[in-house]
Amino acid sequence: MSAAERPGGGAPAAEGARVPGEGRPAAIAAPGALPGLWPGAAEPAGPGPRLPAKRLLRRGGVVWQNRLALAGLAVIIGLTLFSFAGPLIYRTNQTATNLLLANRPPSAAHLLGTSPEGRDEIGQLMVGGQSTLEVGFAVALLATAFGMAWGAVAGYIGGILDAILMRVVDAMLAIPFLFFVVLLASILTPNLGVIILALTAVSWLSTARLVRGEVLSLRTREFVAASKSFGARHRFVIVRHLAPNVLGVVVVNATLKMADAILAYASVAFLGLSVPPPATSWGDLLTTGIGQVFNGYWWQLWPPAVAIVLIVLAVNVVGDGLHDLVERRLERR
Amino acid sequence: MTGYLARRALQAIVVMLIVSVIVFVLLHSLPGGLVRAQLGPKASRFAVFQLERTEGLLKPLPLQYLIWLANLVKGNLGFSYYMNQPVASLLGHYLPRTLLLVGVSTLFTVAVAVPMGMWQGFRRNRIDDHLLSASMLILYAMPGFLLGVIGIILLSLDVPVLPSTATAFGSGLGTDVTVLVLPIATLFLGNISYYSRYMRSAVIDNLLEDYVRTAYAIGNPARRVLLRHVLRNSLSSTVTMLGLTLPYVFSGALIVEELFNFPGIGLLFWNASQTRDYPVLLGVVLVVTAAVVAGSLLADVGYAALDPRVRYVRR
Repeated sequence: MSAAERPGGGAPAAEGARVPGEGRPAAIAAPGALPGLWPGAAEPAGPGPRLPAKRLLRRGGVVWQNRLALAGLAVIIGLTLFSFAGPLIYRTNQTATNLLLANRPPSAAHLLGTSPEGRDEIGQLMVGGQSTLEVGFAVALLATAFGMAWGAVAGYIGGILDAILMRVVDAMLAIPFLFFVVLLASILTPNLGVIILALTAVSWLSTARLVRGEVLSLRTREFVAASKSFGARHRFVIVRHLAPNVLGVVVVNATLKMADAILAYASVAFLGLSVPPPATSWGDLLTTGIGQVFNGYWWQLWPPAVAIVLIVLAVNVVGDGLHDLVERRLERR
Repeated sequence: MTGYLARRALQAIVVMLIVSVIVFVLLHSLPGGLVRAQLGPKASRFAVFQLERTEGLLKPLPLQYLIWLANLVKGNLGFSYYMNQPVASLLGHYLPRTLLLVGVSTLFTVAVAVPMGMWQGFRRNRIDDHLLSASMLILYAMPGFLLGVIGIILLSLDVPVLPSTATAFGSGLGTDVTVLVLPIATLFLGNISYYSRYMRSAVIDNLLEDYVRTAYAIGNPARRVLLRHVLRNSLSSTVTMLGLTLPYVFSGALIVEELFNFPGIGLLFWNASQTRDYPVLLGVVLVVTAAVVAGSLLADVGYAALDPRVRYVRR
């Protein structure tokens, strides 16, 4: 935290660099932010005279202001609890096939009806949410870690190595990702691990580009040059100056990556590559629901559709909130 | 300009070479090898050996790569053992339809997203901007096939005006064009949020630039400032964006073709993945990637044409 507080001693002169007449900095695009959700009246920035605590509170205030992001966070936590803790409370049999109960419309016994295998739809949503959220988190985490390492090495070392590393990224970015994932999945047998691996293989590329760009521009900044001229070693420069400055952007990127991974997982499931049954995912449920559209079994289509849209929206809104936070910090430096 | 183009073309060739290496490595990392995939698990060891020898699979890998590459350059993409046809002729059959799908939908997307993004940027943080942004975000949050299914439910089931499959497309001359409407609309709705969001923030960034203030200061009317200066400057970065998002557009086409049974390269690819027809899979990946690389090269040429600065600055 304290390392992130001091972004290399950059001049704090840019404090007032706001758009005239705007409560928020202009560069921020917050899609979906409704007017009125951005209260102009900021909370008082805390009474403490000590600067770090005050700053911390002010930052907390920024988050608090962004109620939309908080609502998004609540949705993410809610859906995670629903998927992972839900089955402990709402017990249903999600492994047995019972054709006597197949395709029942919503009723008191099954609030969202049953699946073609006769399983309770709410229970299906819980099980499906597990693999969906696992894939989302895991891909965001792995892709960010790998992409960050790749991009940092390319940007910091530079030269011929940079050229080689980035051409590989270019090449892999040029392959449409769904084609690549389908190809990988037809070589390997799909399961949760393979899907995470395949989606990670296509997700780390943009992080690598982003981090490389950031590192390249930071490398030439005065505070890095100053630090080096004092005799700082590479490790010190990387840990103390580069990492804290890159981290904010990377965290925002990772959040959006999670949303993309969840969407990509749904698409991949639609193409028939998913976790082996009886495990399922929201994408699988949605695909099943699509097959049932012509039968009119709406309860098999709309709940997973709503779940996917909700989680993607929530993750995005949180990402935008984080983006605002990072932008403001960058503005101060 | 020539130097810039030459540099970009060279880069594109390097990218394609790396892609070919990736594809080659994947081809040779098949469990049990390519021949096993072709002959099945019950084939005798002798049959496997024979086929490996005739296919040249016993040679050292780098040499195999060079031979394969030489064949590629000559247009020989291998032979589909499932469809019993050369991959190249399959691609020649299916690719034009996909290009039509992707091309037309991208044209529509740009034609709508650019004015919309401009409007949003100009009316930043007003109610209409927020409403448009919110609807774009919701479009973005929907998986492509969900958009397509909603289209089918509304326009093929509830009000049956459009066909829900495009199977018939391309089977003969003078085919019904209505089969194209839903696939194109699905791709359009799936991609529009990328461009409009980008255009919006490009316009906002440009509106803060000094040249805009100057343009106003010397007495230009708002319409002229917007259409003549801001549009042109924002457009040039959106053109680059177009090149960068082409892979996503093709990924979307894969989904749309599978959903609507549209007989394009995506459906070919998907069917090949079901039958594990590896030569087709790899041929499609190569050709689609080549299309993407060519497309982004074209976008960069357009960028250079729109923005003279690019031609002179070394990257």
